Amino acid sequence: MTKESNNILEKVTQNEYKWGFYTDIQMETAPRGLSEDIIRFISAKKNEPEWLLEFRLQAYKHWLTLTEPTWAHIHHPPIDYQSIIYYAAPKKKEQNAGFEEVDPELVATFNKLGISLEEQKRLTGMAVDAVIDSVSVKTTFSDTLAKLGIVFCSFSEAVQKHPDLVKQHLGTVVPTNDNFFAALNSAVFTDGSFCYIPKGVRCPVELSTYFRINAANTGQFERTLIVADEGAYVSYMEGCTAPMRDENQLHAAIVEIITMKDAEVKYSTVQNWYPGNKKGEGGIYNFVTKRGICKGNNSKISWTQVETGSAITWKYPSVVLMGDNSIGEFYSVAVTNNYQQADTGTKMIHLGKNTKSTIISKGISAGHSNNSYRGLVKMTKRAENSRNFSQCDSLLLGSKCGAHTYPYIKTENKSSVVEHEATTSKISDDQLFYCNQRGISTESAIGLIVNGYAKEVLNKLPMEFAVEAQKLLSISLEGSVG
Amino acid sequence: MLNIKNLKVSINNKEILKGVNLDINAGEVHAIMGPNGTGKSTLASVIAGRNVFEVTSGEVLYKGKDLLHLSPEERACEGIFLGFQYPVEIPGVSITNFMRTAVNEQRKYRGLDPLPASEFLAMMEDRKKLVEIQSKLTNRSVNEGFSGGEKKKNEIFQMAMLEPTLAILDETDSGLDIDALRIVANGVNKLRRKDNAFIVITHYQRLLEYIVPDVVHVLYDGKIVKTGGKELALELEEKGYEWIKNGL
Repeated sequence: MTKESNNILEKVTQNEYKWGFYTDIQMETAPRGLSEDIIRFISAKKNEPEWLLEFRLQAYKHWLTLTEPTWAHIHHPPIDYQSIIYYAAPKKKEQNAGFEEVDPELVATFNKLGISLEEQKRLTGMAVDAVIDSVSVKTTFSDTLAKLGIVFCSFSEAVQKHPDLVKQHLGTVVPTNDNFFAALNSAVFTDGSFCYIPKGVRCPVELSTYFRINAANTGQFERTLIVADEGAYVSYMEGCTAPMRDENQLHAAIVEIITMKDAEVKYSTVQNWYPGNKKGEGGIYNFVTKRGICKGNNSKISWTQVETGSAITWKYPSVVLMGDNSIGEFYSVAVTNNYQQADTGTKMIHLGKNTKSTIISKGISAGHSNNSYRGLVKMTKRAENSRNFSQCDSLLLGSKCGAHTYPYIKTENKSSVVEHEATTSKISDDQLFYCNQRGISTESAIGLIVNGYAKEVLNKLPMEFAVEAQKLLSISLEGSVG
Repeated sequence: MLNIKNLKVSINNKEILKGVNLDINAGEVHAIMGPNGTGKSTLASVIAGRNVFEVTSGEVLYKGKDLLHLSPEERACEGIFLGFQYPVEIPGVSITNFMRTAVNEQRKYRGLDPLPASEFLAMMEDRKKLVEIQSKLTNRSVNEGFSGGEKKKNEIFQMAMLEPTLAILDETDSGLDIDALRIVANGVNKLRRKDNAFIVITHYQRLLEYIVPDVVHVLYDGKIVKTGGKELALELEEKGYEWIKNGL
């Protein structure tokens, strides 16, 4: 590209983060650092049963034996795990007659983020669980859903009210010893969302969890567990933002999804954690383990993610296709700008017969960023007649960024078919001039072209999310054209 | 409307335009003819604001304004349209979406609110008829997988949508069969008004049978070497460009 359009690209992708405000609320926090005592403190705070404390301590003991993984194409200074605060919760206001009032400051915060916690306003039909720092502050629509037998509540509440369901499924998809960050999360997770859809029930509304990091020096370790029983269906969405801070903050979450026979879970994320500033200072370190298991025959799990935030993204939403004829899907758009680093992709592990998986990954890199796709497709011996189709496209904006693709394919049977397609492209000067000549500014032109490029994935998002995601893509790249 | 004075333009230190003078008034259609590589497309690109060219001297006034200091998108919003010789593909962006963005950005420039969706779609339908393009085409990505004829029709369609004051058609006739040529020319003729002007760049007389110009210029070796009425095009066709070369 010419120097001039490089400059414009730079300008276009250097936009300010709009969710960077901080809410001044009274917090209750644990002392910095990690130890058995801290874990006992968290567990006691949450009034947990003994088995859950054991689960945590076991994870912690295992974590102590592990070291951070280094195989990802990312670089960061060492994380001091003893300087992090592992528990921070907004202090509850005086309670009246057993009814939990949400701090008006918090309601205002979520309103500012465009998330309404007032159920009567949610005529469009979306149930929300709002999690700030370590604690779920409010879940809407729970009562309505309860009539259908659907459980949708904060993780802490689920531990109290549905301990058997939690105990039965927790850690069955991502075991405590799965990896360094999963072990850490299992030891210190504080809250998150829990969702159970009973047999034969189609959840009539979109379920949505909104995560917000607010406090300084804290890590956010939430845990989401979704179980769809036989023939059940749910569409689940997750959004997240954080204030702008100079120091890096750690976010290490776990999401586990389980689908029984004939069940389907559609999981959509728009990840918009603070990405750091133009110089690469600050921002969230996002080390997340997301995995689903198609346990029953004919079940389906679909991941759709739009990744625009975080200084570092390390994330591979995966599907274990255990049931015969089960389907796994992964649709991803990952945008990196300035000095962001993303190493993201998926694993499709085919265990059952006639299983099918689709991977569509669209990487967009701008500024000095690095964007990597890393994926594994594994066809085991038993997974006869299984199919995978993977498409990994990279779009480069400018000449200082990088795009990398690491596809791993392992097939242990002869009847399965694995297809992989990959492309790398740039936005050309000719395309920009063509748009300019029609009166479209370079900034809008990039938004238009990038959204067009990512359309296949954006189309998979639920309607209300798709519009947000489109705007977010344009905003993330404002000031980035190069 | 457009006044070009002694325009000299280079690319990579090679002079392409060597002092072009051209005056165009509202309501006129000017044809610029000439052999390959004489600077016709360069002239069109410079008017539209393509930044790969270096203007070394001269001036271009458009409605009295210094055009050379405006960005390409400002020029477009001021009413300048370029029908490209080789329209570029924009994958994933539908013509509808592309046009809605363009129309609304131009309206914003003029201080107008975005066009309501219903009005925009009605306008699309109306202009599609003008260039006889199929409804399905506008759902496809801009120029992606289009035939040569479809690409050129799409350019005229966009022109009809944007209603420019000055439209430059850069070899719009190249690669068109006779039916497509007629459709494109009809589209242009229907858009001719007293308050707009056209520059039609072409090699051949053929297009000018359908779009009858008021003035014909011959551009040769970076200069306009001959100017005349529509009969000049016929004479040129008959005698060939050798006639011009020998006359110099």
